[in-house]
Amino acid sequence: MRRTKRLKLQVFRAVVFVVFGAFFLVPILAMFEFSTRGRGISAPRTLAAWQSIITYPDLVGAIIASLELAAITAAGMLLLLLPTMIWTRLRLPRLTRAIEFICLLPLTIPAIVLIVGLFPMYGWLANNFSDSILTLAFSYVILVLPYAYRSLDAGLSAIDVKTLSEAARSLGAGWPTVILRVIVPNISTALLNAMLLSVALVLGEYTFANLLAYLNLQVAVAQLGRANAGVSIAVAVASLLFAFVLLMVISIAGRRRQASLTVAGTDPQYLTAGQRT
Amino acid sequence: MHSASSSGTAARSGVEVRLEELRRRYSGVTALDGLSLTLAPGELVALLGPSGCGKTTALRLVAGLEEANGGRVVIGGEDVTNVPANKREIGMVFQAYSLFPHMTAIQNVAFGMQLHKVGASERRQRAGKMLELVGLSGHANKFAHQMSGGQQQRVALARALAIEPKVLLLDEPLSALDARVRARLRDEIRRVQLEVGTTTLFVTHDQEEALAIADRVGVMNAGRLEQLGPPTSIYSRPATAFVAEFVGLTNRLPGVVKGGEVDVRGTRLPLVKPDTSDGPAIALVRPEAVSLVVDGEIVPGPLVGTVIATAFLGATSRVTVDMGDGTVLAQMPTSEAGALTAGTRVRLALRKDPVLIARDEKATTEA
Amino acid sequence: MTAGRPIEGGRRLPLHWVGVLPFMVYVGLFLILPTVIVGIGAFLDKNGNVTLSNFGMLSQPYVVRSFVQSVFLSVVSALVGAFAGAVFAYAVVTGNPDGFLRRIVTSASGVLAQFGGVTLAFAFIATIALDGFVTVWLRDRGINIYPGQIWLFDLPGLVLVYTYFQIPLMVLVFLPALDGIRPQWREATESLGGGSWHYWRYVAGPLLAPAFLGATLLLFANSFSAYATANALINQGSPLVTLLIGGLLQSEVGLSDPGQAKVLALGMIVIVSIVMTSYALLQRRTSRWLQ
Repeated sequence: MRRTKRLKLQVFRAVVFVVFGAFFLVPILAMFEFSTRGRGISAPRTLAAWQSIITYPDLVGAIIASLELAAITAAGMLLLLLPTMIWTRLRLPRLTRAIEFICLLPLTIPAIVLIVGLFPMYGWLANNFSDSILTLAFSYVILVLPYAYRSLDAGLSAIDVKTLSEAARSLGAGWPTVILRVIVPNISTALLNAMLLSVALVLGEYTFANLLAYLNLQVAVAQLGRANAGVSIAVAVASLLFAFVLLMVISIAGRRRQASLTVAGTDPQYLTAGQRT
Repeated sequence: MHSASSSGTAARSGVEVRLEELRRRYSGVTALDGLSLTLAPGELVALLGPSGCGKTTALRLVAGLEEANGGRVVIGGEDVTNVPANKREIGMVFQAYSLFPHMTAIQNVAFGMQLHKVGASERRQRAGKMLELVGLSGHANKFAHQMSGGQQQRVALARALAIEPKVLLLDEPLSALDARVRARLRDEIRRVQLEVGTTTLFVTHDQEEALAIADRVGVMNAGRLEQLGPPTSIYSRPATAFVAEFVGLTNRLPGVVKGGEVDVRGTRLPLVKPDTSDGPAIALVRPEAVSLVVDGEIVPGPLVGTVIATAFLGATSRVTVDMGDGTVLAQMPTSEAGALTAGTRVRLALRKDPVLIARDEKATTEA
Repeated sequence: MTAGRPIEGGRRLPLHWVGVLPFMVYVGLFLILPTVIVGIGAFLDKNGNVTLSNFGMLSQPYVVRSFVQSVFLSVVSALVGAFAGAVFAYAVVTGNPDGFLRRIVTSASGVLAQFGGVTLAFAFIATIALDGFVTVWLRDRGINIYPGQIWLFDLPGLVLVYTYFQIPLMVLVFLPALDGIRPQWREATESLGGGSWHYWRYVAGPLLAPAFLGATLLLFANSFSAYATANALINQGSPLVTLLIGGLLQSEVGLSDPGQAKVLALGMIVIVSIVMTSYALLQRRTSRWLQ
């Protein structure tokens, strides 16, 4: 009956989580294991590989460059996307479809295709402006558009942007105030989420950097991998953990903020206390 | 065709439904504490109460969507406590979202019959007739998102009845609808229920709904049934303070119990329970039992107050009077409320109906 | 107001458009322009004259083979990712929607769906290469996972490795659809006399089918477009379209005759566009039913 059905479901869930958990954790654990191997078959575990990261100047430089790129991309994405999305909601609601389509285009146009088209442009940039690795940020903002748009869209849809801004304007607020002090605080979770997805993407990006001949984190890891696998894998694990921890923090911070903002009420979807299937 | 009337003289089909000492607990909370209730064949019983009182739990136990921790459910003489929901021959209407979005109205209605292996042409025919019964013949090929909330609920009703269930279960079917649609639809539901004659359990938190359409109303609180009876009894002879305050409006007037009566501001009123112990108490007085006198000399006294506001409710009006140490509500036909503008000094007269008293400081239900 | 030109559409509109101008310019420059360059460049020869000669490349056997292999790899990895991901998503959605597990899975999926390229390749090398963690562990128990050639560094290995980011992507895309399944539908089916099988066959199945199909298409496009992981794992030859293009961008031949890479890129655009348009259409159906 219902009790046995519930039991079967729990068993199924347990099995699924164990199997999938193993599948996803084992390679990460393997990386960790690999990066802490001592010399020789039965040598003890060592953090030598991790500690020697700083002795590779190229690697350190690449890490710093990637972090800078992440920051610039996140900022650039916000600067470009947020005002545009708010403006569209307030003044040009008919354009939302178009903006949505454009923002989802990078999912459709493969990165490698974009690179083929950007190649001549980057050549021109390098010759006439700057060949700094930070010019990659221009492309990275495009790459993060789909994820950032979805996140910001979810956040903006949850609040009534029109009413809030009209209320603020009627009280005498100028546009910067409306955006910075009325709207932004109410979509903080979505904002952080968008920024973090951007950071995760930039830290993990390889294709653009490699083919445009820049030395970012992933490219450095790849190059070093041929010479000293342990160190490069240590860096790889670190960047993965970093991104994951950031996302968890945001998720928890978002949950807490959500709880303090919602007024207790009945959500019709959860009225029936029955089981979800 | 039956000659249906709300007093219930129509021919009844339908089976008896018995709930015996039903108990239900989840994670430490007791949702139902030994509920017993018998529904006569063809009867419509409304379970009324605030959220969390256990009424929905009771319904879901009858439906079989949840398992009881104790007690039995007997439908038509058969103990179905251990029978799964899909074998109990029930019909259920949910509060919202229960229509399958990928099926048209008529496909929704026919779905139950499809599960019962009824042939395709017969299905279509009967589904069509059910839609006609609820007044939606022209909407057969519409999808849920193309219909209003009220229409969706009527389709849900048709779907539940199409399989000719032994008992019809309605879980707050009107709560998600607009006020105007609600009133019309509840009469529709009653009309259909009388026509088909199915025993029906109707759960709601809206006392007006319950009183308007049920044969009997069961008022529930904290997992227990406080009173079960026809709507008139529930309203005019509430058995407990909770019922008195939950159903209809009540004035809470401080007073003192002495010798089987309660003294409220100088007026002695009889008690529903004459053996109540002496001492301070709160008398529960209906607004209709309070009349206001404007003519003659208004000498200051315990029964004198000033009108704050008059709410025009159509045939009746409700007047709020400031007594200095609290407010009192009086309700009367609008024709008598003409002179009662704000600021008028009035004297209260309390009708000598037996009253219930409460002893706690707080109201048993929130405003 | 007499019949005439509505005031609203006249003077104020141009001003409103200014607001989205920065966005449009940026996107035009860094997204549309490169795509157009690819589209036009495919029709230009190395001297800039319009020609169709570049398209001759598409009939070369190694090019055809790479397209076929790319499609095949993408189909397989999409199907594997879709089914496995759906099962996993179902296990997640049947738990507490606000629970710790759900939050971890959503965060992890967000990170792992991006996880690719070098790091992922290294992870799998560390796991199942010849002296990888799992390989050694299995060998000590008498199981040799490489009876023949080592398959990790070839297409079969790619299928396995791609699954690592395909499953999280599936979870991210499919979970909202599963969330849209209301508990009332299950209970209504039960109240009408249906059991689990009926529920899945007539209600949940048909409702989720467009979402599932759409997600599978998305996974296909994702796999088809992937470059970094393949580049890190496959050292010899260019069995995939993306690797071919990458190779051209880094070689003398490719740089001197840019039209070649552009033709291949155009081919990719065509295939991915078809897939993504179908995805978009399926999404509309899904959102109508499951919102």
